Amino acid sequence: MAEKTYLQAISDGLRQELRLDPRVFVLGEDVGLYGGAFKVTDGFQEEFGPWRVIDMPLSETAIVAGATGAALMGMRPVAEMQFADFVSCAWDHLVTVAAKQHYRAGTPIPIVLRLPSGGGFSGGPFHSQNPESLFAHIPGLKVVCPATPEDAKGLLVSAIADANPVLFFEHKHLYRRIKGEVPDERYLTPFGKARVHRPGDDIVVVTWGAMVYTADEAAEQVAADDISVEVLDLRTLIPWDREAVLESARRTSKVLVLHEDTRTGGFGAEIAATIAEEAFEHLDGPVKRIAAPDAPVPFSPPLEKAYIPQVDDVVAGLRELAAY
Amino acid sequence: MAVREAEPLGSLEEVHEVGLDREDLFGMYRNMLTARGIEERGHILYKQGKIPGSFYTGRGNEASAVGVASAMGADDVGCPLQRDMGVHITRGVEPWRIFAQYMGRADGPTRGRDGNVHLGDARLGLHAMVSHLPAMLPVAVGMGLAFRIREERRVAVAWCGEGAAARGDAHEGMNLAGVRRLPVVFVIDNNQWAYSTPAHLGHAIEHLADRAAGYGFEGVVVDGTDVLAVYREAKRAVDKAREGGGPTLLESVTLRMEGHAVHDDASYVPREMFEEWVRRDPIERFRNWLLEHAGMTLAEEDEIRAGVKKLLNDSLQRAEESPLPDPALLLDGVYASQDELETPHHK
Repeated sequence: MAEKTYLQAISDGLRQELRLDPRVFVLGEDVGLYGGAFKVTDGFQEEFGPWRVIDMPLSETAIVAGATGAALMGMRPVAEMQFADFVSCAWDHLVTVAAKQHYRAGTPIPIVLRLPSGGGFSGGPFHSQNPESLFAHIPGLKVVCPATPEDAKGLLVSAIADANPVLFFEHKHLYRRIKGEVPDERYLTPFGKARVHRPGDDIVVVTWGAMVYTADEAAEQVAADDISVEVLDLRTLIPWDREAVLESARRTSKVLVLHEDTRTGGFGAEIAATIAEEAFEHLDGPVKRIAAPDAPVPFSPPLEKAYIPQVDDVVAGLRELAAY
Repeated sequence: MAVREAEPLGSLEEVHEVGLDREDLFGMYRNMLTARGIEERGHILYKQGKIPGSFYTGRGNEASAVGVASAMGADDVGCPLQRDMGVHITRGVEPWRIFAQYMGRADGPTRGRDGNVHLGDARLGLHAMVSHLPAMLPVAVGMGLAFRIREERRVAVAWCGEGAAARGDAHEGMNLAGVRRLPVVFVIDNNQWAYSTPAHLGHAIEHLADRAAGYGFEGVVVDGTDVLAVYREAKRAVDKAREGGGPTLLESVTLRMEGHAVHDDASYVPREMFEEWVRRDPIERFRNWLLEHAGMTLAEEDEIRAGVKKLLNDSLQRAEESPLPDPALLLDGVYASQDELETPHHK
């Protein structure tokens, strides 16, 4: 056990799988010689060679399609989009091919697509997005959004082991900012099991990714006012832990759903609707959503700060719910 | 690097030289007849109301499909498209399962989840196409990438029509294959019409095979109604890829002899053009060659045709006996289970 950054944890998990299984290989733009735009695969090409850590042309379609074809031949590709935003160029190959091939043709597509996502550092409209809900809507895909270094490694190992296409959203703002204890040995963190990041009794915040930390800071602030807030980290959106969310909703009777993705059609809407259907009788207030507004992610710091949900926004939401 | 226009094959000696014996030739003829026969019967099933949705055929493409598939090795793979019935037949997909697929039955290769020629059999090295042509082209490149990583002497064949060659998938796939010299053969079935769009509104160059030079590999144009010439060129390309020589782009020129799908009467195809290509019918052309050059007797031909007829009759009956899929299994297989990875579906 050692303290590692979120980025190191991803890198370590990936390296371990490459060492363990000759079927695992990495492909993406600048992943080899350069070690990846964020250095997740730094030193990998030296260790594993140019045919297991493959520098690809600027061809997101060929990266995902290539991974799919290789998976059909028994490989376990781990593909990288340099930024999650660029996955739009590969939409067809996730949604049209990979997501539907097993249902139609009976052939599993065990691919992992690593997607550096999220904002908070003036990346602008094309380097800051959180497109997880787009893919959560597509049957056949799995969607993973780790918040902690320990989960980042364990969920990545599970993603590589999974028989299905997995979209692994790694939040860029957590890469070097968040550190935590990460076991050295190989371990698999299961999909569909939420994690209580912070226990509490009065309100539950259901969230994932970088917003786990925003929620935690807000919970800390309102704790001074004797409001006890649980922060529930979903870890994976597909599958998502309905039981844990419903249990927390019934127990606390008040729910705030928080995400960095935009509001309309965001995954929070699915969570809120499920709570309304399944736990309505237990609620003592409306299910509240805090999310980015329905706009592209702006570049300039004051605009971006106004766009991404901040601790103060969550504090205000929690106080409102507590008073309801 | 100028594109090469392939010569036709003339004599039996030349055909022996490219590795085909008399039995092989009869087999190719049988596969072409079977491919056409399946689609002719498909029309009848459609008119009988037994095929849900629409119905697509590859009439006129039999030589191209059978020629290429006959050049593939047993461990080679590919992603054939909706005009490539001959590929499925040559690789051994059983006709009764194709009829079952047409009719949405439980025994079709997709168990009623998909229709038409959206089928494959991974055990035979064929992977089911999607409608978003040519999305499976870069997927086939990925198969070639796996062979290269594992240093296996196997080849992936990527099919594309001349219409879909306009899409970015074709570019990205061919570019990657060229950069990495992957063992991939690209086949563009140029049947001159993308639904109602004539070829000259789809690309500005004379031959799509000219594009190969831009990706750093060889391009060849072949008469897609000449099964022997297609076979020879495909075999060269497959062998070259297997030996580490990288990709080839084979453009096979035909005419789509029916509408885009069954609803389309193709009235936009000029009558003279259609009549010209009727005279070049690939099956008739091969039949005449076999009679003239391979000494096929009429008795031998009758035997082949009778065999195909019986196969299709039996297959149709077996497909009609196949049950419709059980709606209780609607959600079965949206996700693959872990144990499926332990029993590989791929070759």
